[in-house]
Amino acid sequence: MGIIKTLFGRRKQGSGATAKNRLRFVLQHDRIHLPPERMEEMKREILAVIVKYLVVDQDRVEIDLEQRDRRQSKLVAEIPFSGQQPAHSAPDARLPALSSDSADNS
Amino acid sequence: MESEEKSRTDARVITVSSGKGGVGKTTATANLGISLASLGKRVVVIDADIGLRNLDIIMGLENRIVYDLVDVVEGRSKLRQAMIKHKKFDDLFLIPAAQTRDKMAISPEDMVQMTDELREDFDYILIDSPAGIERGFRNALEPADEVLIVTNPEVSAVRDADRIVGLIEAAEKGPGKLIINRLKTDLVRKGEMLSSDDVYDILGLTIIGIIPEDEMVLSASNSGIPVTLNLNSQAGMAFGNIARRITGEDVPFMNLDGNPGILRRFLRLFDGR
Repeated sequence: MGIIKTLFGRRKQGSGATAKNRLRFVLQHDRIHLPPERMEEMKREILAVIVKYLVVDQDRVEIDLEQRDRRQSKLVAEIPFSGQQPAHSAPDARLPALSSDSADNS
Repeated sequence: MESEEKSRTDARVITVSSGKGGVGKTTATANLGISLASLGKRVVVIDADIGLRNLDIIMGLENRIVYDLVDVVEGRSKLRQAMIKHKKFDDLFLIPAAQTRDKMAISPEDMVQMTDELREDFDYILIDSPAGIERGFRNALEPADEVLIVTNPEVSAVRDADRIVGLIEAAEKGPGKLIINRLKTDLVRKGEMLSSDDVYDILGLTIIGIIPEDEMVLSASNSGIPVTLNLNSQAGMAFGNIARRITGEDVPFMNLDGNPGILRRFLRLFDGR
């Protein structure tokens, strides 16, 4: 079976490719000293803030860590949403700077 | 500062490191030392792996040791007395590690002082770093003008290499150049091993050499005659190429797919290639 597969079938992805993907992932986190679990926690928190304001399509959210090299990393987020949250669910706490601004204006 | 200026005119201090143990640091150091000496360079190799001395036995010099690195640092021996001349090359010397002490017996400053004393009289000083990221590695790193990082195409070795690169850069000795050791070309062909391109993609370091897996390396260690002296060995040839690249020569990389032998060529038919 294995031989036939190799002879006639598509070449399956070998363990070398798996090694490369696993290494890429683990090194991204090694380099920024932020373990994957903490990263997930951060993503959840970021999303929790956005969800207060926007109706987010949670299934299509992507927040990825990208690395050009050892010293430069960036977070790339794609957060699709369909509109703003209804006013009643807007946050109570406003930023101090904003509230003092509006106070001056009135 | 002063040593930085010196390094331009005098010896280059090259530290061979890896992070993970067992990837071939000592083998690489021995072979590069021999290769550089056979190119007519004046070379000292220093075994910085105190407590786990091995460079001597790989180079076939284990019976000639009287004094070691720690003896020099602690003043029981002059530097010259601890330098063991190689049997074949008059301008190749080994400074062995102490076997009964530990890494704390010397300091990074001791290593700088020792190499500074050697710089004038030699072209290359190679330091075989111990595995790990602690004091022993610091000792080996401190005097380095440049660092070679040995890795295997294998997840744990590559991960540790990346860690070491971070430390080398933080010490402003970086980024270092990579030696990929024990590449099994038949496994790479089957997709069952990281290729040198994969390792390059992951680590982003300049590759100074790729050493194919070669049984002759083991025979060479067994007999204490580094494999680069064996003209029939692919690994030996690859180490020789690295030495020439170190001297500034532009040496093309070996075609590691070439000349696979009739049996392997036949087998490759069944491999779908």
